[in-house]
Amino acid sequence: MSHLQPVPTGDVPAEAGVVSLASLLRLSARGDEQAFAELYDATSARVHGLVLRVVRDPAQSEEVTQEVYLQVWRTAARYDEARGSAMAWLMTLAHRRAVDRVRAAEAVNRQDTTYHQGSHVVSHDSTAEAAEQSMEARRVRSALVELTPVQREAIELAYFGGYTHTEVATMLDLPVGTAKTRIRDGLIRLRDAMGVGQ
Amino acid sequence: MTAHEIHALSGAYAVDALDDVERARFEAHLAECAECRAEVTSLQAATMLLAGLSETAPPPELRSRVLADIKTVRPLPPTVARITERRPRRWTSLLAAAAVIGAVGGGTAIWQDTHHGTSTRAPSAIDRVLEAADVQKVSQPLPHGAVATVFRSRSQSAAVLVTHNMPALPAGHVYELWFRDQHGTMVPAGLMAGGGNRTVLFEGNANNARGVGVTVEPAGGSKQPTTIPVALLNFEQST
Ligand SMILES: [Zn+2]
Repeated sequence: MSHLQPVPTGDVPAEAGVVSLASLLRLSARGDEQAFAELYDATSARVHGLVLRVVRDPAQSEEVTQEVYLQVWRTAARYDEARGSAMAWLMTLAHRRAVDRVRAAEAVNRQDTTYHQGSHVVSHDSTAEAAEQSMEARRVRSALVELTPVQREAIELAYFGGYTHTEVATMLDLPVGTAKTRIRDGLIRLRDAMGVGQ
Repeated sequence: MTAHEIHALSGAYAVDALDDVERARFEAHLAECAECRAEVTSLQAATMLLAGLSETAPPPELRSRVLADIKTVRPLPPTVARITERRPRRWTSLLAAAAVIGAVGGGTAIWQDTHHGTSTRAPSAIDRVLEAADVQKVSQPLPHGAVATVFRSRSQSAAVLVTHNMPALPAGHVYELWFRDQHGTMVPAGLMAGGGNRTVLFEGNANNARGVGVTVEPAGGSKQPTTIPVALLNFEQST
């Protein structure tokens, strides 16, 4: 199933001599610290960027990123190429940990937590600005335009805000049970527009 | 929740937007639904594109900390039978098939297993607890971002433990589950082979338990706790 992918997923060795992330993971699983350091260097800006966006507090974000890489080191052997790219595996681990961290913190001070309508987690301007960074990011931005505003907001609240789909439904005044459909439809549209994961 | 409804959770699962109960149920479903597994993989690839919009290099000290950390941690071996491990249901149907082989012969057993392996199969004991109208839930955050959540249903006389990011165990150890009775005595209620994200049915009748505990014990488990519990949950605090 390793056909050509139209979008670099982070695993495609761009030049000869560059080792793929999947190979670095396999070497790490055998205890190769040098390979793991290379993996860290190649991925830590994306992993930490995501963690920081979800967790927000810099000190806590560093803890989470550190935990993510320890988990990657420990469980590298369990990465299964059939279940997606190495980068996707890493980002999925990182996202899960970041979300678990904000929810655990929220469970502790639930009383203090209020959500103000209108203070959206990601403004469309900041999305657009960040998206200028690279060719791939420009393509993501144009794919995001394909989404309906509700799909986009639902995905951003869930993915960057760490909110559950029921919380997202309340925030966006959607009938209970429909936010999950918006999220799924939006992701399918994004996937198809970017031509990934097919 | 119908089969159709549970498939619809794939997108929310891919962005970690399910609560504990839904996540546990969907992961149980994922183990059995190739369609959802493929969809989740493709949707996670799509979410990764969003993640790429916010790159921030961590401070250089973090690199040193991480590289120092890994010197003290042994990488786990590959899981050879990962899916079976997460699927008590399959064991049940294999055991049922084995019982039928003993009773009436191989041909029937194959039919029986195939029959149970398709959509006509009854919900598992875990599903029945999570879906019970009288389900009680109590959750406890543990160090290092781990969380233990217990669901108990009196109508099902059963309880389920759902863990997230449970720390890995030293070699030769297991997590042991306990029911705490009205006298405060810990009664053995099954073993959990390792850490991570797991969904486990407690052994035995959960109805008289006042709470539950989890301890680290030598492989094979102990008759009574030999270590300080890593988690202690009280049903009086359930929701
Ligand atoms: Zn499914």
